[in-house]
Amino acid sequence: MAPVFEYAPAPESRAIVDIAPSYGLFIDGEFVESSGEDRNKTISPATEEVLAEYTQATEEDVDRAVKAARKAFGKWSALPGSERAKYLFRIARIIQERSRELAVLETLDNGKPIKETRDVDLPLVAAHFFYYAGWADKLEHAGFGPSPRPLGVAGQVIPWNFPLLMLAWKIAPALATGNTVVLKPAETTPLSALFFADICRQAGLPKGVVNIVTGDGRTGAALVAHPDVNKVAFTGSTAVGKEIARTIAGTRKKLTLELGGKGANIVFDDAPIDQAVEGIVNGIFFNQGQVCCAGSRLLVQESIQDELLESLKRRLSTLRLGDPLDKNTDIGAINSAEQLARITALADQGEAEGAERWSPACELPSSGYWFAPTLFTNVTQAHTVARDEIFGPVLSVLTFRTPDEAVAKANNTPYGLSAGVWTEKGSRILAVANKLRAGVVWSNTFNKFDPTSPFGGYKESGFGREGGRHGLEAYLDV
Amino acid sequence: MSEKSENNRLTVFKTYKLYVGGKFPRSESGRVYEVTDSKGNWLANAPQASRKDARDAVVAARKAFGAWSGATAYNRGQILYRIAEMLEGRRDQFVREVADAEGLSKSKAGAVVDATIDRWVWYAGWTDKIAQVVGGGNPVAGPYFNLSTPEPTGVVAVVAPQDSSFLGLVSVVAPVIATGNTAVVIASEKAPLPALSLGEVLATSDLPGGVVNVLSGRTAEIAPPLAAHQDVNAIDLAGADDVLAKELEIAAADNLKRVLRPQPVDYTETPGIDRMTAFLETKTVWHPTGALGASGSSY
Amino acid sequence: MPTTAHTLTDAAASDSTLRRFLHGLPGVDAVGLEARAASLGTRSIKTTAKAYAIDLAISMVDLTTLEGADTPGKVRALGAKAVHPDPTDRTAPATAAVCVYPDMVATAKQAVAGSTVKVASVATAFPAGRAPLSVKLADVREAVAAGADEIDMVIDRGAFLAGQYMKVYDEIVAVKEACGTSARLKVIFETGELSTYDNIRRASWLGMLAGADFIKTSTGKVAVNATPANTLLMLEAVRDFRAQTGIQVGVKPAGGIRTSKDAIKFLVLVNETVGEDWLDNHWFRFGASSLLNDLLMQRQKLATGRYSGPDYVTVD
Repeated sequence: MAPVFEYAPAPESRAIVDIAPSYGLFIDGEFVESSGEDRNKTISPATEEVLAEYTQATEEDVDRAVKAARKAFGKWSALPGSERAKYLFRIARIIQERSRELAVLETLDNGKPIKETRDVDLPLVAAHFFYYAGWADKLEHAGFGPSPRPLGVAGQVIPWNFPLLMLAWKIAPALATGNTVVLKPAETTPLSALFFADICRQAGLPKGVVNIVTGDGRTGAALVAHPDVNKVAFTGSTAVGKEIARTIAGTRKKLTLELGGKGANIVFDDAPIDQAVEGIVNGIFFNQGQVCCAGSRLLVQESIQDELLESLKRRLSTLRLGDPLDKNTDIGAINSAEQLARITALADQGEAEGAERWSPACELPSSGYWFAPTLFTNVTQAHTVARDEIFGPVLSVLTFRTPDEAVAKANNTPYGLSAGVWTEKGSRILAVANKLRAGVVWSNTFNKFDPTSPFGGYKESGFGREGGRHGLEAYLDV
Repeated sequence: MSEKSENNRLTVFKTYKLYVGGKFPRSESGRVYEVTDSKGNWLANAPQASRKDARDAVVAARKAFGAWSGATAYNRGQILYRIAEMLEGRRDQFVREVADAEGLSKSKAGAVVDATIDRWVWYAGWTDKIAQVVGGGNPVAGPYFNLSTPEPTGVVAVVAPQDSSFLGLVSVVAPVIATGNTAVVIASEKAPLPALSLGEVLATSDLPGGVVNVLSGRTAEIAPPLAAHQDVNAIDLAGADDVLAKELEIAAADNLKRVLRPQPVDYTETPGIDRMTAFLETKTVWHPTGALGASGSSY
Repeated sequence: MPTTAHTLTDAAASDSTLRRFLHGLPGVDAVGLEARAASLGTRSIKTTAKAYAIDLAISMVDLTTLEGADTPGKVRALGAKAVHPDPTDRTAPATAAVCVYPDMVATAKQAVAGSTVKVASVATAFPAGRAPLSVKLADVREAVAAGADEIDMVIDRGAFLAGQYMKVYDEIVAVKEACGTSARLKVIFETGELSTYDNIRRASWLGMLAGADFIKTSTGKVAVNATPANTLLMLEAVRDFRAQTGIQVGVKPAGGIRTSKDAIKFLVLVNETVGEDWLDNHWFRFGASSLLNDLLMQRQKLATGRYSGPDYVTVD
């Protein structure tokens, strides 16, 4: 018997990142102190090590940031589009130059594997700025009238699962269209947004065009409710999204929401099985399943259930969980203790409701927040694990008999963000994709993103699209 | 409505009814309310729809959604054009109703009705073009093809404009159904008769029952249950005042309805496409492309 | 796999059952396959793992010379190198085999005598395979008679592409028979000529059903030879075949693998697709020539901490 091919540790060096012990707020082009005293700590979820202290922005701080953005709006929106474009191109290039540093930083603060921040997040961040840079002087060709106008000050609140990528999705189109921005990063992942402030400085971006206020939900609520904000863009939970929709009711604020999901990944008996297995794994274990468009429900045709599950389990047994900075890590840490508790509770509930739970043999590190890749079989539409968004590495497996049943089950959710279809039959792909009530349908692939391609949900997964020409609409007065 | 015609014959009044699921029910509540012309003269007793009527209308609209959204865009265009044809044939009736409702002269009312018919024709032509205008392929950086297409949001509650009882009504209903949505329409509260008569036209225009449902009654009574209804996907607040609009928008947040807020609109002007896009979802479907054969690269 | 033991036994009952079976295999999505192979290619193999992988890779090399200009002297030199790849370091493992043309088998046998190194012979009118069956079988028999431990046959790609699967099958069966009990049979598909991944999967199953001990990508004589993607696909095939039949079949990517980095990527594919059961030169081989020197230079680097150079390995 040959010895096992053990991969030696291959950690990415963290020396490339220089994290300050403490951060202020980025308002009007400089880091400033808060009007209040509250400080928060951001930790590395893989080790629970404190990475830095940051500021809990007060209502007054938010007001200061909005005022700075308002003051900057006139000049910024009046700049020729070609000049705004060049600022965005500069930002895109600086992100490319600093991508290794930012990837390591993001992995430290978020807990996701370096392989993902390096190969997915950062390339997409740069690409997104590059894409929207090119729109800035072509807006009259975008199909929103001969001279579309910006809205004004955009208040943007983003989540912790793709901190820098969500920042890019928000800031790039906002600036391209001539808006100015106050952005609040998530409470557990503020660092990459604060580093982005430094990129704005390096790019020479006029002061006040981008302002970063950090803090928890209170800061976000103050930003959303601020009377001088013209546009609110939020990515996060459906519950908070609804609250925001209520808050801005009766105002003229324009709103886009990118919220939760419970994506169905439908595998037909004639699927390319090996690639389907990869797609299922990528669909639910990418970023530890902390992805709004995750394929968290596997709908497999009953006739191939056994062999598919066998392949899937074998494949899951090869996933490498551990130090997110290790280049060979597939599964990193859960972002926070709170999120881990939520995943744990929902998984326990799945078990209590009678679904069959399975995880590969997998040793979890002793410190930090970890959850083993988990499968639930014998799941029905009535199980909580098939209905609630778990936002973790937990896959619920359901079966179907006919295409009609697959579509009916896939659509049987208040969400409508993503879905997957696996079959070698072209007409079936088109027929099923046509019937799915979801904003993104990946056929024979999953979790692919591209700055040119609109992304966003149906139903309670939110409204508005980010990416592509469609993404401009959210920031234009149309 | 004149009681006697020129030859002193006693005219036959029309009983105005709701239009729900292709049928013409009275309100389940049995209530009616008095509709008068702009000078206060009695015109008719209109049904005063209840929450339950609203609920029934949503059921009908949902039931109709699959077939209507699944119909070819060409077919929807044909049917919308057929509606214009039917309206043209009943032009005189609508001129009279609009004149009464809005206190317009016969000639001004005639111009409104003509504009309204033309608006149907305008939207009829859009059904099979909007997808090309707002959708398309995206140049993905990778071995994938994807296509973004607009799809109807679903069941749309429409609070029709209060003042423009016919042109305004059609200007908000036609864009909703042109793209494959189905609609529950709350007619202008004080001037519901053109809307109720429109139901009669729709019923004879090949439009499947349930695609458009017309309710008359108190806007403030019918709109809130629609705004809160979990099986309604969107709401057009065109005819809601500021206070009601805010209340409805808050209720609509419960299932994240798409909300089109009230805004000043000159219905006589050719509309843009925004009333259609407000109730469209963009779906992007991806598929790998790959090479023709097993490639030699990828080391 | 959409098959049962029953259909597997019957798969080769006739031309039509064989066709139905092969065309009933799950399809391959090229982009997904290549993405998976590329993703495994990003594994970072360092220090102890690298040392292990390099020695393992050396032990898996079928050190190959298949030139019209091959001479006994050239083959003897190759044999000596296979037995002691690094003359300066006797801890370097021997390669798995030397791979030569049939007329060089006897010479090769002498050169590796007393070592663990096997002699593999290409046969069946390698590389084109365009000869009558009788000639191909004579080719095999001569090689076996001369002492070949392994026969690397080529399939009839023309017949395969013409849909004559049974003809390809029968030929492999006949060659297997000619190998007798002493020689293991490697079946070369020439994946570059089969062109599509669906074809490569079908050929893999066809070869295994017909009795191949190894399935091998290529001759090294066409433009596209071994790639991570086609090798991954063949690994999936041997994995699935063993799951169904209990029979383990080896895999040999050949041609185009020149650097240690590439070789290690293939070992990662093996490790994460079929696992440790295949991490042994009885079940996995590299058909290569220049690869060995790069492996040796990397090995020296790990041992000394300095980068080595071509003057410190042998040119044979």
